[in-house]
Amino acid sequence: MKKTMYEKIWDSHFVHQEPGQAPLLFVDRHLMHEVTSPQAFEGLRIANRKVRNPHSILATMDHCVPTKDRDLPIADPIAKKQIETMAVNCEENGLNLYDMESPENGVIHIVVPEHGFVHPGMVVVCGDSHTATHGAFGALAFGIGTSEVEHVMATQTLPQQKSKTMLVQVDGVLSKHCTAKDIALAIVGKTGTAGGTGYVIEYAGEAITALSMEGRMTVCNMAIEAGARAGMVAPDEKTYAFLQGKEFAPKGEAWSQALAYWKSLLTDEGASYDTIVTLNAAEIAPQVTWGTSPEQVVGANGVVPAPDTFADAGKRLACEGALKYMDLQPNTKMTDIKIDYAFIGSCTNGRIEDFRAAATVAKGTKVAPGVTAIAVPGSYNVKLQAEKEGLDKIFKDAGWEWRDPGCSMCLAMNGDELKDGQRCASTSNRNFEGRQGKGGRTHLVSPAMAAAAAAAGHFVDISKLG
Amino acid sequence: MEPYKKHESIAALMNRNNVDTDQIIPKQFLKRVERSGFGVHLFHDWRYNNDGVTENPSFELNNPAFKGAKVLVAGDNFGCGSSREHAPWAIADFGFNTIISTSYADIFYNNCFKNGILAIKVTQAQSDALMQEIAANEGAKFIIDLENQDVITPAGNGFKFEIDPFRKDNMLSGLDDIGLTLKHEDKITTFEQQHKQRHPWLWS
Repeated sequence: MKKTMYEKIWDSHFVHQEPGQAPLLFVDRHLMHEVTSPQAFEGLRIANRKVRNPHSILATMDHCVPTKDRDLPIADPIAKKQIETMAVNCEENGLNLYDMESPENGVIHIVVPEHGFVHPGMVVVCGDSHTATHGAFGALAFGIGTSEVEHVMATQTLPQQKSKTMLVQVDGVLSKHCTAKDIALAIVGKTGTAGGTGYVIEYAGEAITALSMEGRMTVCNMAIEAGARAGMVAPDEKTYAFLQGKEFAPKGEAWSQALAYWKSLLTDEGASYDTIVTLNAAEIAPQVTWGTSPEQVVGANGVVPAPDTFADAGKRLACEGALKYMDLQPNTKMTDIKIDYAFIGSCTNGRIEDFRAAATVAKGTKVAPGVTAIAVPGSYNVKLQAEKEGLDKIFKDAGWEWRDPGCSMCLAMNGDELKDGQRCASTSNRNFEGRQGKGGRTHLVSPAMAAAAAAAGHFVDISKLG
Repeated sequence: MEPYKKHESIAALMNRNNVDTDQIIPKQFLKRVERSGFGVHLFHDWRYNNDGVTENPSFELNNPAFKGAKVLVAGDNFGCGSSREHAPWAIADFGFNTIISTSYADIFYNNCFKNGILAIKVTQAQSDALMQEIAANEGAKFIIDLENQDVITPAGNGFKFEIDPFRKDNMLSGLDDIGLTLKHEDKITTFEQQHKQRHPWLWS
């Protein structure tokens, strides 16, 4: 039988199925951060259970960590306790942790690829919905809840129902200044935030294979915004080149053995998917969200839609609610919307390529009066690399703050947040009400779009730039 | 986990689509290292006025008719967004043990069953009928019978619902998932050894 990549990975990790119960799937890699793990460790302790495979776990501290004045104690006592609890849990169980002082510290989905911890064909989980990021390597990577974190620690398996398969085919060539983020947003715009529910997505087509590994991570990262727990891209020469030589990548003879296996993972010619979605990359404009759901998105050359342009009653209602929260009028040009804040960073857009793209636009500009702009590298390694390339200087000269790594304003748990009513051009992944601070208004964009908006004080259609 | 028992309870109505986990439990409350104590923060940004303390009377769950409700009738795609299990912890801690919606986000749906929350999937027509019934009769009590997979309402809008038999059994018995999996520990060990032979680099 012809199989998709998802089905091959599923089959090779199937452990057992008891009649009437869900199949048990074996887990190769378990990623961890401080927010969704403490109750899982507590559960293990109460039940007197041990971590089955400590070597399968890599942990970091990212959600609550300050992005400035890192040498000072964390001011928030509850956040401080959560960070300390993480350190104790990892110490007690012998787990590899990149703590706040480590030069390898950063956002979990940024540091894991930096160390080659995820390979093609693996099953990867994390108590974090953006785990789908690692699907960029041809792995089956998905987010789980804290009870499941505990389950994986104790058993190295998860009871799982098999998902349906969706092929998202992006043909054609992206126009200048358009990036992986614009592809990701355009896909969510097309499928809606529930369109992928129950599916695992495989991204394919000329525009996907043309992306760098960083770009593929950005696209897979936002699979969850389309409702899919996992998104994946077939591994190819770029994937192998990215992994080779990394700390946790196979070495010597194991490398050739692994390589042969990875090449066998590709979806068989003629295998079928339950659903196929197609997009033409050439038609994708730089994207900006206007609402409070990632599917509420238009091109930078577009306008804020009016509720009555939606045929579906639910979408009409959602549009009305979003316009009220976002304080926007229908038919306003996106380029007429003024911003108070710009944020570049997060597991979606906190990689070196993102800062390069933003720096290209930010170079020689000044942040507009009244706008606060913060650049938050996804890891210390990204920060260091950017500094080697002089990107930090470009941002600082333009009036941006150059911070230490962390999730920061993507979800505003660490004190980096919008004030009530402030409007932000953000490279993160969710524009939900209050996501970046109560009453804060988020517009999701690419790093280059955020840099252009910071300089102009309003959104800019960067496709019109030279 | 407590076994799920048949009960009659007030059904609260929340007619909003795409309610995300950031709304269910905003991020400022995710820093606790315990599973308990999240109920007071459920729907915080909608539920309380700007002072964060006094209740916003226009928020649907502050409707006195819904006080003590164990059943939440919600809009489409409930629980989308972040994987935070703090969302079902908050829902359960607040007092709900049943949600009725046309659809749920995958991770949230799984998380519910691990925390004793029965998430019932219904058709659009069933959902519409329940919502209309509650709107017309706030404080109406529904009977939820998991054993027989029945929802019974005063106005007769009840129905049989579908549920995965495995989830149903676990809910009824209050079984611990991990204990259930560890019954097959020998099979896990065998698989692990074979997996290691096939992919030795995973262990190096």
